[in-house]
Amino acid sequence: MTDVVEPFIAATIRTAVPLALAALGELLVERTGLINIGLEGAILAGALGALVGASGYGVALGFASAIAAGTIVALLFVVFVVWVRADQIITGTALTLLSMGATGTLYRTLYGSSGAALSIPTSAALPIPGLAALPIVGTALFSQPPITYLTYVLAPILAWWLAHTHAGLALRAIGDRPDAAEAAGIAVDRVRALAVLCGGALGGLAGGTLVLAQAGTFAEGMSAGRGFIAIAIVALGRWTPIGVVGGALLFGAASALQFAFQAMGWDAPYQVFLAVPYVLTLAALAGAVGRARAPASLGQALEPRR
Amino acid sequence: MSHGARASAFRRDSVAWELARAVLVLLAIVGTTALLLLVGGYSVGNGLAALWRGSLGSWYAFTSATLVRAIPLMLTGVAVAVAFRAGVLNIGAEGQLLAGAAAATAVALSPPGLPTVIVVALALTASAAGGAGWASIAAFLRARFAVLEVISTIMLNFVALYAVSYLVRGPLQEPTHVYPQSSTIDDALHLSRIVGAGRLHSGLLLALGVSLVAGWVLRRTAAGFRLIAAGESPSAATSAGGINVVATTTATFLVSGALAGLAGGVEVLGVTFALYENISPGYGYTAIAVALLARLDPWRVAATALLFGGLEAGAGAMQRDAGVPSTLVTVIEAALILAVIAVGALRRRSPAADVATTPIAA
Repeated sequence: MTDVVEPFIAATIRTAVPLALAALGELLVERTGLINIGLEGAILAGALGALVGASGYGVALGFASAIAAGTIVALLFVVFVVWVRADQIITGTALTLLSMGATGTLYRTLYGSSGAALSIPTSAALPIPGLAALPIVGTALFSQPPITYLTYVLAPILAWWLAHTHAGLALRAIGDRPDAAEAAGIAVDRVRALAVLCGGALGGLAGGTLVLAQAGTFAEGMSAGRGFIAIAIVALGRWTPIGVVGGALLFGAASALQFAFQAMGWDAPYQVFLAVPYVLTLAALAGAVGRARAPASLGQALEPRR
Repeated sequence: MSHGARASAFRRDSVAWELARAVLVLLAIVGTTALLLLVGGYSVGNGLAALWRGSLGSWYAFTSATLVRAIPLMLTGVAVAVAFRAGVLNIGAEGQLLAGAAAATAVALSPPGLPTVIVVALALTASAAGGAGWASIAAFLRARFAVLEVISTIMLNFVALYAVSYLVRGPLQEPTHVYPQSSTIDDALHLSRIVGAGRLHSGLLLALGVSLVAGWVLRRTAAGFRLIAAGESPSAATSAGGINVVATTTATFLVSGALAGLAGGVEVLGVTFALYENISPGYGYTAIAVALLARLDPWRVAATALLFGGLEAGAGAMQRDAGVPSTLVTVIEAALILAVIAVGALRRRSPAADVATTPIAA
């Protein structure tokens, strides 16, 4: 049985980590009442950023430039949505399109249109002494690249920060009553801008994870809808950090089912397995509605600037 | 000429104003392209020359490259424009196009027996039904569970791609089972070519007709009024207009899906003559730029689809002749979308804003 269970858990974690990182970033954004559909673009930009950074200067700089690339995409969202007050959904869609075009163009310009598979330094697994030796779950959970452990601790830290700090309270207040928050002296636009930038940074980090801790290379469009899946996970996790991580794990598990099914000899067209995460997203969105309490001002048009 | 008449020549929406705007957009596109070529380290002269050769440089390029690409962009562009006007952010034209292409292929490859005209009509009807059916999933999720259609339609785009991938390796694969594509559709069922215009096919007339009718419906009919009212202010449409907003937006969503599906059917019967995975180079996504630049007006979509058809055709030539990645066009499209909505937002902010605006585009 372990020969099925262990790879299943490992595959679950592998799929869940980038989704959780991106969804935790989007959670911050949505708690201020905004929706950044451009998250997909931030992930993709982060993936290319990681390739460029790591191919010259190693894994650490790869992650740094992934974060920078995701933040740049988020900065455009800030300029257009928070500053100019353009429609957030269309802006996010355009940013995703922009990122697809820009990463494709840059990749082909830098590495040639053949897109020869580049081999770059990757983030090696760092087993945690003791825990990694646990039966069944040991290697799957505790012999992972450092980014996985960062994800483990990020969610509780964010949950504590949202619940117990003034800044966290301000963030939640803006999401529920931006006008009241403004009247209470909170710099609504500034907090929203910071939240979007953090969301972009985490999205970029998610893209960097795909390249540096998983694929070991870049492919055009390799984000493959993860940004949108992450947005669904935020709703599924009811806008709480712990819930979001649970949602990401659920997704990871569902995607990992294909390995389990294959191991058990269950035969189905491989396209069915590839489509599972997207179908699951639809089901999750339909199921999450009604039971969850979204930030009250989520997705509403911003007040005109004064 | 009186002073008043002179002023009216430059009034918003006058012909002179529209032309000035079109020239401005063209200059912006050429300028952005030149800038991107420069930044990317490509020869600006070679790149722009290739862009011209591939799009408008010859009668063949204009008809067989630009106009052929403008047809699916026109149909999907109208699909997006109509949906956006009703406040339905249908980003799923790509998936609906694929569903339509698959449905049309299935009908066109079914055993012969009926007159060809009937089969073509059935195939096109099937493509519209396929697109509407695919859109109905997102429409249902929106109406019943308030699922954001931006996300659901994008998810369905991925699912549609995998569904086509399965079909062309399974039920619809060509008989030798070597290539991941369907059999070639019988010559008699191809949309007729327009004489003297290379590969240009009669789907152009269909696309122009759809754009004309859709623009007329929005401008002149009660259904069009309900659609626009539901999009601009759902609460006012319900309380003051007595409009059933959910029914209106759902119906619009289905019509939008049908038009995108029709684009897939026309593409299969007019250009590719078979179903395969890469049948659309992202027409459904480009359609968003096409619709927004047309300010969501189906008549103007006919013009912007032509523009983007030329851009896509020119991008292919730039890649072939000047080694410029064709993805550059996606960057230009995204920049255009951002510019259009930023201008709209800034105009709304100015005190002199007198434009009737939809929530998403001026």
